[in-house]
Amino acid sequence: MLSYLAKRLAGFVPLLLGISFVSFLVMAMAPGTPVDLMTDLNPKASPEARERLEKFYGLDQPLYVQYGLWLGRIVKGDLGTSFSRDRRPVLDKITEALPITLFLNVLDLTLILGLAIPIGIYSASRQYSLVDRATTVFVFVGFAMPSFWVALLAMMLFGEQLGWLPISGLRSLDYDSMSLLGQIGDRIRHLILPVGIAALTGLAGLSRYMRSSMLEVLRQDYIQTARAKGLSERVVVYRHALRNALLPVVTILGLSIPGLIGGSVIAETIFAIPGMGRLFYTSVLMRDYPVVMGITLIGAVLTLFGNLLADLMYVAVDPRLRNR
Amino acid sequence: MGRRLLRNPLAVAGGLIVLVLFVAAVLAPWLTPYDPSDFDAAHVLEGPCALHLLGTDGLGRDVLSRMLFGARVSLMVGFVSVGISSLVGVTLGAVAGYFRGVVDTVLMRFVDVMLTFPTFFLILAVIAYLDASIWNIMLVIGLTSWMGVCRLVRAEVLSLRERDFMVAAEALGMKPSRVIMRHALPNAMAPVFVAGILGVAGAILVESALSFLGIGVQPPQPSWGNILTEGKSTLGVAWWLSVCPGLAILITVLGYNLLGEGLRDILDPRLRSR
Amino acid sequence: MTGSDTTHLLDVRGLVTAFDTSDGVVRAVDGVDFHVAEGETVALVGESGCGKSVTALSILRLVQAPAGRIVAGRIELGGTNLLELPEVEMRKVRGAKIAMIFQEPMTSLNPVLTVGYQIAEAVRLHRGLSRSDAWKEAVRVLELVEMPDAAERAASYPHQLSGGMRQRVMIAMALSCDPRLLIADEPTTALDVTIQAQILELLDSLRARLGMALLLITHDLGVVAERAERVLVMYAGRVIEEGPVDAVFADPHHPYTRGLLRSVPRLGRERGPLATIPGVVPKLNALPKGCRFRDRCDAAVAECASVDPALAPLGQGRRVACIVAAAHGGLRW
Ligand SMILES: Nc1ncnc2c1ncn2[C@@H]1O[C@H](COP(=O)(O)OP(=O)(O)OP(=O)(O)O)[C@@H](O)[C@H]1O
Ligand SMILES: [Mg+2]
Repeated sequence: MLSYLAKRLAGFVPLLLGISFVSFLVMAMAPGTPVDLMTDLNPKASPEARERLEKFYGLDQPLYVQYGLWLGRIVKGDLGTSFSRDRRPVLDKITEALPITLFLNVLDLTLILGLAIPIGIYSASRQYSLVDRATTVFVFVGFAMPSFWVALLAMMLFGEQLGWLPISGLRSLDYDSMSLLGQIGDRIRHLILPVGIAALTGLAGLSRYMRSSMLEVLRQDYIQTARAKGLSERVVVYRHALRNALLPVVTILGLSIPGLIGGSVIAETIFAIPGMGRLFYTSVLMRDYPVVMGITLIGAVLTLFGNLLADLMYVAVDPRLRNR
Repeated sequence: MGRRLLRNPLAVAGGLIVLVLFVAAVLAPWLTPYDPSDFDAAHVLEGPCALHLLGTDGLGRDVLSRMLFGARVSLMVGFVSVGISSLVGVTLGAVAGYFRGVVDTVLMRFVDVMLTFPTFFLILAVIAYLDASIWNIMLVIGLTSWMGVCRLVRAEVLSLRERDFMVAAEALGMKPSRVIMRHALPNAMAPVFVAGILGVAGAILVESALSFLGIGVQPPQPSWGNILTEGKSTLGVAWWLSVCPGLAILITVLGYNLLGEGLRDILDPRLRSR
Repeated sequence: MTGSDTTHLLDVRGLVTAFDTSDGVVRAVDGVDFHVAEGETVALVGESGCGKSVTALSILRLVQAPAGRIVAGRIELGGTNLLELPEVEMRKVRGAKIAMIFQEPMTSLNPVLTVGYQIAEAVRLHRGLSRSDAWKEAVRVLELVEMPDAAERAASYPHQLSGGMRQRVMIAMALSCDPRLLIADEPTTALDVTIQAQILELLDSLRARLGMALLLITHDLGVVAERAERVLVMYAGRVIEEGPVDAVFADPHHPYTRGLLRSVPRLGRERGPLATIPGVVPKLNALPKGCRFRDRCDAAVAECASVDPALAPLGQGRRVACIVAAAHGGLRW
């Protein structure tokens, strides 16, 4: 297990290099030198900023040297300074926003898994039943639904019309004057819409995947063996089929992480949640390149570690991969 | 194949949706009496009525006309981005499978790296440098979604390359590249085509999201995404501005997905009966 | 029908099992009759696709709905018709009174559970033992099937065992609850030849020791001659000949059985060329009228085209479904 982890981590090195290289290329490919472009388009970038940038990127050097220099800084955790008025280090801004995004994504995922797995199991074990057919329809529609539109409609209904739920931010204005219980309730009320909508749209794909994975497993010989033992269908499904059916779902989970992280931009922008996604969006609008590059990089690294986590989960579920 | 497609009612429904949208987009100027950018100060934010079937927006423009012209945008974005991504994917995949060795390794690691980036981040990062315009959007979507097709084509070319008759063909003095073009690529075309159809749906979703966030297709050019943006600011007042474009996106994406999945079922017998 | 008044352990009468397929309804088992007495070994033979596995699965009522279902017949175990039992009661039969071993040891064990767990599970269910007692019992039956290092092996996962060992696990699992009948569906087909003999020997000796009956499904007529007392020959969903192994092999009545025996190289017949039965098995959803074997039969007469022969007793425990053979009181071929 440990050696497996070590091997995986070693495999990360070339990938991380590649990620940094692509990030660097995106920057270098932009028309003009990065500094011209940045200072021209960003009136907030002062001459000092321009100088600082030229030095930061080592623009007098050939491209590969520039890349080396840039990489050196990144490794030390120096992502540069934001162009925005506050002039704060990019890393600080990101570390401030990141926990919110991670928290929301973990919450989304938990909810999605918590719903998709039972739905998948249910419709697989009752293939072609009414519920199964209804699920299939929901899945196709859910898959095609633009999440930002659903968010908009939900805001209209629950926020404006019914007035049940807050539609922006993570807490109310009078949060500080609330009792502890009130504060917790306030937080939850703010989370319902963003998390609920992310779950609703994420649910479709995963429950469908769970269903087909379960159907596949229920066709296996060892399920027949389990039934021939006299086990009840419930034990057959939950004890014998479920863990096997979860394996491909874990893989797909790892693959869906980039989409999830990318999706934060939309959700956080619509619901005005001060996470990394919204920081990214505002930075793009203000052409705050250091922040944009920083978040792109961090997004890729997060994906990488998400994949690692999925792999470890896979190993935990599948004994065939253990004791390597 | 055609008959099997017709036996799959979901795929037929998808195909019909796609067809209707295509016709609507092409005939947009003739289907509506209004110019999509004509202001009409006297009829601002009017609900659906006989004159304006889908109402008017904050500037008194006819929403139906804007939706129809928005369909053109969606269609174009979908097909051009998929065209770009297919071109890049097929080329790089064929190159990797054909040359094998170092070229293959490097290209495949590059694919791994690209897949690690949250695509939406990459798109936004590039848009931060370029101006938001429909052309840039199509280019960026295309350049960030070719990886699946690349892997597919590579596998196909590689498996052909490894077969005996390639060696025989080379021995006979036939150019291996010709053999690849003749055999491997046509073989890979069916899944690439399916991926393309599903890709159109994906591209339309991304474009509408970008336009909705104000960093995609820029007004006054209408797109479903940016009509929705106006819907957001008039949320409680003009429901038709937020309902119509969203529904249009939903139905379009649904149509392409149904068609794509139906085609996949037909082209890949292993996946059938699911 | 057999003329005997002793009740058999298992009595199958007129069993019909059908599947819905894209080409219409297929009757994979189409009126099967046979019995198995206490403690005896009965072999079930026939070409691939003739319905042997479906017959076995039907006995345990494991044919998968909704595509497959038992349409007609009786399956009596010690006088109770299994087809009338509620599902809950049927579960008490599976594994406890009738156990089954499948063909593919590589895929018949759950890859994510230890083999000990998979055995102990059955023990806990049917014998009500505690978790730890069931585990001890699992180790004991693993020893019974001559698994080396049984106590350690019990904690292994299937992928850590060889094919032969896995089949031993399957046997251990099947025997763990002391069933009256063991159905073994080609238990050795997937194994190495050397292992095959070992497993069969083990199965046979355990059967004798535990006094259970064995329904052995196999392609290998050599195995049938060596291990079974009676043989059932199936063709296209029917049993077409039945009788004591020695008698049937020495003097097959049905033209199909004769062809089947000729197609196998056997000691004492080595000199003759290997015969094959001409033609192919008819499609089950497009059976010819009359006898289903007649298109491939070298003894067919005009009547065969109209009469679908039933399995008719010929004395000495032999039965045959062939009008020509029945008319002559058994044919001399
Ligand atoms: N799930 C199913 N759906 C449809 N048809 C089936 C199904 N299972 C079995 N059949 C049909 O039933 C017939 C008998 O199958 P069965 O598995 O019993 O053959 P078999 O005698 O065990 O052959 P083998 O020696 O190859 O194991 C086959 O022709 C097959 O087409
Ligand atoms: Mg079989």
